[in-house]
Amino acid sequence: MSVVSMILVLVVAFLAGVESVTDEFQFHQPLVACTLIGLVTGNLEAGIVLGGSLQMIAMGWANIGAAIAPDAALASVASAIILVLGGQGTAGVSTAIAVAIPLAVAGLFLTMIVRTLSVACVHRMDAAAENADLKGVQMWHIIAIIMQGLRIMIPAAALLFIPAATVQGFLESMPAWLTDGMAIGGGMVVAVGYALVINMMATKEVWPFFVIGFCLAAISNLTLIALGAIAISFALIYLKLSESGGGNGGGGNVGDPLDDILNDY
Amino acid sequence: MAEKITLSKKDRLSVAWRSTFLQGSWNYERMQNGGWCFAMIPAIRKLYPNKEEQKAALKRHLEFFNTQPFVASPVLGVTLALEEERANGAPVDDVAIQGVKIGMMGPLAGVGDPVFWFTVRPILGALGASLAMTGNILGPILFFVLFNVIRWAFMWYTQEFGYRAGSKITEDLSGGLLQKITKGASILGMFVLGALIQRWVSINFKPVVSTVKLDDKAFIHWSELPAGGEGIQQAFMQYTSGMSLTPEKVTTLQSNFDSLLPGLMPLLLTLLCMWLLKKNVSPIVIILGLFVVGILGHLVGLL
Repeated sequence: MSVVSMILVLVVAFLAGVESVTDEFQFHQPLVACTLIGLVTGNLEAGIVLGGSLQMIAMGWANIGAAIAPDAALASVASAIILVLGGQGTAGVSTAIAVAIPLAVAGLFLTMIVRTLSVACVHRMDAAAENADLKGVQMWHIIAIIMQGLRIMIPAAALLFIPAATVQGFLESMPAWLTDGMAIGGGMVVAVGYALVINMMATKEVWPFFVIGFCLAAISNLTLIALGAIAISFALIYLKLSESGGGNGGGGNVGDPLDDILNDY
Repeated sequence: MAEKITLSKKDRLSVAWRSTFLQGSWNYERMQNGGWCFAMIPAIRKLYPNKEEQKAALKRHLEFFNTQPFVASPVLGVTLALEEERANGAPVDDVAIQGVKIGMMGPLAGVGDPVFWFTVRPILGALGASLAMTGNILGPILFFVLFNVIRWAFMWYTQEFGYRAGSKITEDLSGGLLQKITKGASILGMFVLGALIQRWVSINFKPVVSTVKLDDKAFIHWSELPAGGEGIQQAFMQYTSGMSLTPEKVTTLQSNFDSLLPGLMPLLLTLLCMWLLKKNVSPIVIILGLFVVGILGHLVGLL
């Protein structure tokens, strides 16, 4: 791997680390992080396929309140690097996924450590506030962000320094029953993400919509976009019908929160 | 009294941009407080030229705060409006500002989490991932662009909305609108989840249930086909007319399940995972467990 590629990989790793705490641009999502690493190392296609497969697994991983989800950032960055070093292209994807899962746990612990260290930053901010030091407050916030970036960048750098031959040797030494079995496991693991999301959303009232979606999906001609359109229509119809007397007028497109807010604007 | 100090659009944009890093110093003591204060700094600088007032404002905005990061925007908008009034001499005290922040963050997180983390991101993610798994670059691009357009539009417009509505927004939010958005999002989410489970959870049971010898006319007799292209043509014609490729009809356990209801096993697996999660089994344990099941199942020839 060239020096430029390595530096770019580290930049991607840093961004993913920052994003896995700020959760805004989504650079830490596998779909984005793996694709970028694939892109800067010249393994674009393998990166995209890995990103897509990992994304399906990481579906329900979300930081809710103070609870922290398994870390998609370390999982995607490290498994993408291993995929690249392994040099098997898209064939190495299912192995890379199996490697990614324990890494997601490791990342979870790392982010907990950094979030604890951030308490110290916040105390420095308090001290700066005491002196009306606006720049000081900003600086300590930025330092905390950098710590989160380094949290992914350092492990990524460590992985880059392992010779590619070692990684390849390790991956090739894995017997077929193990890699096939892990690929089968990978197909089932997706269910955990869905289960997480359903547990958060399900109420008696919305279960019928789940059943409709499940049954309609068996019609393979319907694309995901078509299914989404059907879902929005169902939501609109249901909300319209269940609206008891007048309400707040307009109430048009409820599937899209932005529209609602704009309508009320 | 001196001229009224107001926050320009540039100031508000600066606050909105900084709120992108709201969770940057997320910590176990006061959670998003550092990021919140970081976002408020352009406004503090503009509104309070006096050091003492700056100090009070910084301390006021380093108090505990935590919500879903995108729905912090309307709270920021309202807080900007309140701070502006305060700077111009209105009797808005610390308790009022803190009260608005705390009062809004709970209910808003209740909308932000299901709408963004459990509807918008999984659906865009699934859409992108289903393209990406075939190696299509459009998958990641679509996900990244759509998510960020939605996110930024939401953050900017709700912050502006909060800024204009000022403290009135709290009344609006307690109305039916929030419940409707949440319900609409969960209907959409549940429908799509149902579809995703059907499409993307894969379990394939290998064991052969029965092998039936087919009638002589029901399968393609490969040895009797003419050689070359003509043979291929005939084979395809026979195949599309419904003839079998093999002399036996092999029924696996999987095809039996599929004839009951396609996707039945993925559905049962998902229900099992939900049940385990409700029993407080960690998702990571379930994930590792499924890998083990996959490997063992493959070894014994079940999967």
